[in-house]
Amino acid sequence: MKLNVNGAQHDVDVDPRTPLLYVLRGDLKLNAAKFGCGLGQCGACTVLVDGEPVFSCVTPVTLLADKQITTLEGLGTPERPAPIQRAFIAAQAAQCGYCIPGIMMRAHALLQKNPRASEADIRAFLEPHLCRCGTHMRILRAIHRAQMEMMSANAGGSG
Amino acid sequence: MSAATVISRRTVLAGSGALILSFSSAGRLFAQGDAPPQPATLATPPPLPGSLKQTPNLDSWIRIDADGAISVFTGKAELGQGIKTALMQIAAEELDVDFDRIKLITADTALTPNEGYTAGSHSMQDSGTAIMNAAAQVRQLLIAEAATRAGTPAAQMTTQDASVIAPDGRRFGYGELVSAQLLHVAAAATSPLKDPSQYKIMNRRIPRVDIPAKLTGGAAFVQDLRPDGMVHARIVRPPSYGAQLASVDDAAVRKMPGVLQVVRDGSFLAVVAQHEFQAIEAMRALAAAARWNETAKLPDAAGLGAFLTSLPVQDITVLDRQQAAAAGAKTLSATYSRPYLSHGSIGPSCAVAQLENDTLTVWTHTQGVYPDRDAIAEMMGMPKEKVRCIHSEGAGCYGHNGADDAAADAALLARAVPGRPVRVQWTREQEHAWEPYGPAMLIKLDAALDDRGSIADWNHEVWSNTHSTRPGPAGSLLAARYLDKPFPEPPPKPIPMPEGGGDRNSIPIYKIPGARVIYHFLPTMPVRVSALRALGGFMNVFAIESFMDELAAAAGADPVTFRFQHLDDPRAREVVATAAERFGWATKPPFSAPGRGRGFAFARYKNLAAYCAVACEVEVDRDTGRARMRRAVAAVDSGQVVNSDGIANQIEGAILQSMSWTLYESVTFDERRITSVDWATYPILRFSAVPDEMEIHVINRPGMPFLGAGEAGQGPAAAAVANAVANATGHRFRDLPISAERIKAAIGV
Repeated sequence: MKLNVNGAQHDVDVDPRTPLLYVLRGDLKLNAAKFGCGLGQCGACTVLVDGEPVFSCVTPVTLLADKQITTLEGLGTPERPAPIQRAFIAAQAAQCGYCIPGIMMRAHALLQKNPRASEADIRAFLEPHLCRCGTHMRILRAIHRAQMEMMSANAGGSG
Repeated sequence: MSAATVISRRTVLAGSGALILSFSSAGRLFAQGDAPPQPATLATPPPLPGSLKQTPNLDSWIRIDADGAISVFTGKAELGQGIKTALMQIAAEELDVDFDRIKLITADTALTPNEGYTAGSHSMQDSGTAIMNAAAQVRQLLIAEAATRAGTPAAQMTTQDASVIAPDGRRFGYGELVSAQLLHVAAAATSPLKDPSQYKIMNRRIPRVDIPAKLTGGAAFVQDLRPDGMVHARIVRPPSYGAQLASVDDAAVRKMPGVLQVVRDGSFLAVVAQHEFQAIEAMRALAAAARWNETAKLPDAAGLGAFLTSLPVQDITVLDRQQAAAAGAKTLSATYSRPYLSHGSIGPSCAVAQLENDTLTVWTHTQGVYPDRDAIAEMMGMPKEKVRCIHSEGAGCYGHNGADDAAADAALLARAVPGRPVRVQWTREQEHAWEPYGPAMLIKLDAALDDRGSIADWNHEVWSNTHSTRPGPAGSLLAARYLDKPFPEPPPKPIPMPEGGGDRNSIPIYKIPGARVIYHFLPTMPVRVSALRALGGFMNVFAIESFMDELAAAAGADPVTFRFQHLDDPRAREVVATAAERFGWATKPPFSAPGRGRGFAFARYKNLAAYCAVACEVEVDRDTGRARMRRAVAAVDSGQVVNSDGIANQIEGAILQSMSWTLYESVTFDERRITSVDWATYPILRFSAVPDEMEIHVINRPGMPFLGAGEAGQGPAAAAVANAVANATGHRFRDLPISAERIKAAIGV
């Protein structure tokens, strides 16, 4: 079947019941989406489907024909990181870092939709995500930082 | 640029072939322990700093190529604690080279020193100290070599940016100075270390080198390895401890798409497939086809305290300081408990292994590549030299989780498909059910106050299993116990003091005339246990620091003042004072609002590593019983600071993780099986319960030994939360977790 991932069409030959995560990691060799639970309980596998965060570990690829799939690799690169990545790096918002890509994807989705999301909005939106290292304070700081950067970029653009 | 020190004397030790160097001006010694450096003589060699003791040759730690490339080697592993960056800072500083010039190679049995486990907050004091001293000595060798070539006294030579510079301006690049044998010498006991006031790279908040790849989809973890020809495996673990595989009809599984092998060896059952999801589907089918004989008998999870005190004990007297209690004293007694706790790594354990000809390579997120290598070699019946373990990062482990076991699984399966790299990843349920938990513990404290409100007498009894079942012999590995020819689980041993296991931090740090500490070591282990961050230090500090608040209340004293009254160590006092002051303990009045409270706690980890004090505010919802930390302030002294942001990151994480253990967590089981097998049945901290504010104050101690900080926050954070909940509710909770159910039952409307 055909999958659109990070703006590119891919032909993948997989059982249609295969969860997206294994196609991203196995067939497309993308690293950012992580296996955490396979149960939709931890958020480590989060990617965007048509801009909405989904758990790729429990989403069969058969549901994703004609959808736009975005992984962390689609937001930015080490050379040209996206605002959310720049903010997380600047805030040193990682310990082991395993959960962070999923968290960045959901945070990115929120800020795209609601750039002025409140602290309470952000916390509520991140509720599906677990971080075992206890990096939460830095994660929240990084998201605020990204928010500020995006708002000032928008303000600069408009006037 | 830094001044050089003259190498005054070179002595070749007869027979050893090693060149021993000593320096005319004895450098400061960044060594751990209380033993002062002894004068160097051939009869009694002085102790070498840090892990140089075990691996003395300088070129085991630092190599410089002719092109000037600098490689630094450590036997410690990056676990997400930021150790790579800190070690690179140390090496760059003492070598006088740019930070970016350092290439760091971490734990690998083919390349790096054997530094045991990356555990116990030892990395800075062991490896950091070794690298610091080795780098300083290497720089001096380079200076001496340049001095010889320049015909200039070494004292007049300086170093800058990987070059030695003569007074006339001639520059000698490190690469051109190095010859084959120059660095192949044993370290001296003391090193011409820089004065901390001259630091340019240490004591700076250099961003972590591992973070960019982790945040941009780089191949950062063992889970991300994809060597050519790699296949995927999954294990079918037994349904309960010790269950034996009675039968399995694997005919249908073998015909499933992509299945390459079904592997059965005794009760070790696994499947290897071409693609990952094929392996998962085959694992599920194989699990459904397997029949097991279950024999496990687990204790009553609701009555763990009674269970622990009913077990046979090996009593260890940890402290016996006799002093008759003051007459007419007020006495207090309290019992504290904790359940089994899960490490709960977000990424389940994973490993990749490949058997080529007669050589096995295992990529693993183990905390100890050498011990794991030895155990795997024994299990496989291979010579150690034919097994190589390479550390590759996993998700944070916080102690001994399934990492070593997954490495063993991968090794066994590599043998089933020789030549092909095999990647094994545990399921969430397997990680939760089979990892070795932090053991359940019970602590009984008694104390007497004299008529001035000071503690006159103290008794501490702790009941606990061992806090380490790490490899070890092959029987430490889960799979090895289930093979057709099983390896026996080795008998558990207590970890001796001064670091201790169940008794870690059990000696009160406070000045108390009479004190006794008994460790009731419990060899019987119905539930699989091992090292969880801080080991017994978490629970002993939770109990002691809860009890200190109870004693303060009995003495009518403020909790912080009461601690001050019993603390002599000036560094301890400064940490306590800093946390209290930054929190506003004395200046802000205690809460009058119902359901709000504040708590304080302090400990020096292991009574010999970092000092940490935590003050926090909590709010308790009387309707639901839920307690939430609103704000926390911590102060930490871990000696000479290398990267204060790295230390702050560790302490922030420790506070939140410890709060999660304290408020929410317990491993659950029925009479036979573990029942907390995912995040629904083992809930942990989520974002809605994260504090509003947290501040970490790092106290630098220039020139003092590194004191590991990775685990220092666990105990103080737990007790600060418990003390704040007690302050908020008027009720003392002594059994962990301090769950919403327990709070509601005690104070609910």
